[in-house]
Amino acid sequence: MNSTPKGPVNPDMAADLIRQSARVLAEAIKSGEVSAREVTQAHLDRIGAVDERVHAFLHVDTDAALAHADRVDVKRAAGEQLGDLAGVPLALKDILAMKGVPTTCGSKILQGWLPPYDSTIVERLRAADIIILGKTNMDEFAMGSSTEYSAYGPSHNPWDLNRIPGGSGGGSAAAVAAFEAPLAIGTDTGGSIRQPAALTGTVGVKPTYGSVSRYGLVALASSLDQAGPCARTVLDAAYLHSVIAGHDPHDSTSINAAVPDVVAAAMKADVRGLRIGLVKQLSGAGYQPGVLQRFNEAVDVLAQLGAEIVEVDCPHFDEAMSAYYLILPSECSSNLARFDGMRYGLRVQDGGDAGVETVMADTREMGFGPEVKRRIMLGTYALSSGYYDAYYGQAQKIRTLIIEDFTRAFGQVDVLVSPTTPTTAFPLGEKVDDPLAMYLNDIATIPVNLAGNCALSLPIGLSPADGLPVGLQVMAPTMADDRLYLVGAALESALFDRWGHLLIEEAPAL
Amino acid sequence: MSGITRAEVAHLAHLARLRLAEEEIDHFAGQLDVILQSVASVSQIATQDITPTSHPLPLVNVTRADVVVPGLSHAEALAAAPAVEDGRFRVPRILDEE
Amino acid sequence: MSSAHNHVTTTVSFDEALTRYDPVIGLEVHVELGTASKMFCACSTEFGAPPNTQVCPVCLALPGAMPVINAKAVESIIRMGLALHCSIATWCRMARKNYFYPDMPKNFQISQYDEPICTDGWLDVLVPNEDGSTELVRVEIERVHLEEDTGKLTHAGGATGRIHGADYSLVDYNRAGIPLVEIVTKPITGTAALAPAVAKAYVAELRDIMRDLGVSDVKMEEGSLRCDANLSLNIPGDAWGTRTETKNVNSLRSVERAVRSEIERQAAVLDKGGVIRQETRHFHEDTGVTTPGRSKEEAEDYRYFPEPDLVPIAPDPAWVEKLRASIPQQPSLRRAGLATAWGISAFDMESLVNAGVLALVEAAVADGVAPDTARKWWAGELLRQANDRGVPPQELAVTGADILRVDELIATGALNDQLARQVFDGVLLGEGSVDDVVAARGLGVVTDETELLAAIDQALADQPEVAEKIRAGKIAAAGAIVGGVMKATRGRADASRVRELILSRCEVSG
Repeated sequence: MNSTPKGPVNPDMAADLIRQSARVLAEAIKSGEVSAREVTQAHLDRIGAVDERVHAFLHVDTDAALAHADRVDVKRAAGEQLGDLAGVPLALKDILAMKGVPTTCGSKILQGWLPPYDSTIVERLRAADIIILGKTNMDEFAMGSSTEYSAYGPSHNPWDLNRIPGGSGGGSAAAVAAFEAPLAIGTDTGGSIRQPAALTGTVGVKPTYGSVSRYGLVALASSLDQAGPCARTVLDAAYLHSVIAGHDPHDSTSINAAVPDVVAAAMKADVRGLRIGLVKQLSGAGYQPGVLQRFNEAVDVLAQLGAEIVEVDCPHFDEAMSAYYLILPSECSSNLARFDGMRYGLRVQDGGDAGVETVMADTREMGFGPEVKRRIMLGTYALSSGYYDAYYGQAQKIRTLIIEDFTRAFGQVDVLVSPTTPTTAFPLGEKVDDPLAMYLNDIATIPVNLAGNCALSLPIGLSPADGLPVGLQVMAPTMADDRLYLVGAALESALFDRWGHLLIEEAPAL
Repeated sequence: MSGITRAEVAHLAHLARLRLAEEEIDHFAGQLDVILQSVASVSQIATQDITPTSHPLPLVNVTRADVVVPGLSHAEALAAAPAVEDGRFRVPRILDEE
Repeated sequence: MSSAHNHVTTTVSFDEALTRYDPVIGLEVHVELGTASKMFCACSTEFGAPPNTQVCPVCLALPGAMPVINAKAVESIIRMGLALHCSIATWCRMARKNYFYPDMPKNFQISQYDEPICTDGWLDVLVPNEDGSTELVRVEIERVHLEEDTGKLTHAGGATGRIHGADYSLVDYNRAGIPLVEIVTKPITGTAALAPAVAKAYVAELRDIMRDLGVSDVKMEEGSLRCDANLSLNIPGDAWGTRTETKNVNSLRSVERAVRSEIERQAAVLDKGGVIRQETRHFHEDTGVTTPGRSKEEAEDYRYFPEPDLVPIAPDPAWVEKLRASIPQQPSLRRAGLATAWGISAFDMESLVNAGVLALVEAAVADGVAPDTARKWWAGELLRQANDRGVPPQELAVTGADILRVDELIATGALNDQLARQVFDGVLLGEGSVDDVVAARGLGVVTDETELLAAIDQALADQPEVAEKIRAGKIAAAGAIVGGVMKATRGRADASRVRELILSRCEVSG
């Protein structure tokens, strides 16, 4: 392995700030080679130049970003100790509350809402002196796999602007892929970090459930949601992971234990002697040949690097999608009940004389898009008396079986791998009114959300069929997030050596 | 599972406080039916002896000490309200005309 | 709404109703816990603050906010459950009860459904019969569970200030999220004409228990204890009838009246061959009758499911046993024991309880004061002093030792009752100990007969016509002279000795 401590970087790009990794930027800021303001301004300029076409951002917080960058520069000048990512810009998914900054969740119903408080993630980012550039586009309330369900229009895949960037966190992934930010925060309920990462040729991690605080993350499905890092390199993701993870007393489901040393693991980047499991259920039918081809090649690389490859059976993964599409809508139907036009957000009150029930129903009808309504209806159905046992109750039992599948698999192997998605990025509009086809995008990413363990997606090449990025997913046991980085960084490094650059450098200029 | 009826969709919409347009009810009835059929397999798996998992973590007893911490200011609390009167959130009348 | 007042025209008296029907009652009592902070957030629970000044992202249900359970609330409900002889769950969960209402910011209430923390208890209550005797009735407890209170609605516009006819409503969320305990009885049968008294005695006993445990201030007038009364009638031997639920009965007297009035109303309906609708009814303090609220024919579907933002509560059995050891004896049983020990009637005991001086009498007795003496002072002069000062009696700075000393001085003839009042007044004004006040105010009884005779002579001279009457044998007239002497000595004379001296001075014999 000839991975450098800074992770793989493109030496030709030294002059171009926006194409550098977060770690390189942080070191350059620390050494005084470049100021935090210059770095921030470069990214703001990039956003100004390309975001009209990419539409990764819903809100750019220019003044606050530059002001924070200046404070970092003052700190440096004063000789203060700077954090590992101090001065590095970041794009924040618009589902995380940030005091005084619009937070819409991609929905009309929250248009104009300014949170009076910061999410724990935002507090941690600020404390680490990471510069928040603005809020990124997403499928409304994180329901979707393409950003086409955003009430503010879709984001576009920087690899092909006529294609979706994945979702729900397509804005965060597109921002990173389009060099508008070296880092982003996404949230992953069924694949919303990993699937966009795979489709945009970037790295995305869903940490162990409970390891990153959900306080201030607008809940879609409370037992599945988890925020995580998006980056262009595994090491950058590890650094961001270590900033946002850790116990938070404001989140009752937060794990009160030490976070695994993901940065050390990413630096070690070594799979020798590791047992890697191929999940039988997560390949074959439904997966594009081009995706499978790249996946198999990547597995071969892992074998060449010294890993032992084993096929693993997880029979209940076949039911994961069904269980997921009962559990998620159920929790979501309840979580989204608060959006009723009484305390904040949109209120639709035609003529002014309607009663509260009518006003609530009109507001929700106008404020929510079709996918949100579909899932609220589905969840209301699954929880309603007479159906609870057959649907919600049964789905919870399948969840138990999936956890048991993982437990058994991790008894045999250290990590599991699969293609992150069955297909590469599809054209805008192709699946927008075909919910089932849309749901199938998440078939490989959902089991991890149901079981609560962790997974990472990294780019492994372009599909020979369409020249679009393909992602590989590494799955590890609960609170063994370091293994993701160990494997991810090793594979990334080997591919970098083979190509001489990161895959993202092959993306067309915008 | 039998198909979901139009009346059921209308009832669900009422429970969920969504004023669906007539054509939306038809549209959703069809789509929900397809989705429900595709997920119906969960009910066919024999799981009598399986404990349901409502939460992926085995945590218990997460509590906080009974200590008061000031919350939002009155102005912050009401800042986003669509209507305010007398320091309170103003909401439409509760009972619709019958 | 015209249907709101469809009073039944024919009436049936209470006694008559019970000749034909057996009542079954069920009581649901809500107690607001006296914790300093709310159930799921750190906002203050103090009563009477300006609207929406004790709120935060959690209790306003702002997007992204998350609940964390108040440990003191869990401890309080377990102590309540133990006092009510319940089984304490070793593992239970909070559940979401989903329904839309503007006083509930999340549009779901965090409550408990099929896993309440306390189950299957009982409470013995002493119910007064009409003849003054008491009867011990065992009320079975179904469950005791933890939930959160709603905000407070004020209805504006319209004529009545009530929900009906209001133009709009105003919401104050200070109360939203205050911990609430719901105590549900099993159906109480076989009480016949005692039903209203049983209901009242049960609620009174609960109130006393909560107060003894210190878990709530149980002020019905401030809404910290609220009662819903379920009632059905059936012909003896038949199956139970349809029940109605009378909501928010907010005083002990109203509990009794509401049950009584609902028995009369249902009997009248049944007598006419009518059917009882399963519905919610409202009790009106002014008229003493119940009127219908919402019909429950279209039963609400609350879509309960386990709250995914909270983890289960699993009380450590050793801790529960420790709490059990600290539960005080049940108030009514303890009082019955005290009444026997002090040799007083149940009626006398009740007046001490109603006056709020029982604990003070107990404390004085513990300090060595004779029970009769302690009662005499606390239920008499000291209570009057408290009322005059507008403070609760327990705030009077009078100790058992003070009462003991006053009692000694009276026994030796150094004080009389009237002087003793002045002594207590001085003690309460902070003039020092009993002996200090006696000395400083010169309150000793006058034993020097020369001084008394001088005062008598002066009084006789002041009222010559009265003196004449006495000398003529009208002994009753001596009272006026006694009064004059008492006035002149500022109460420091022994009235009976003064009277003797007057008669001998006027040379008549008593």
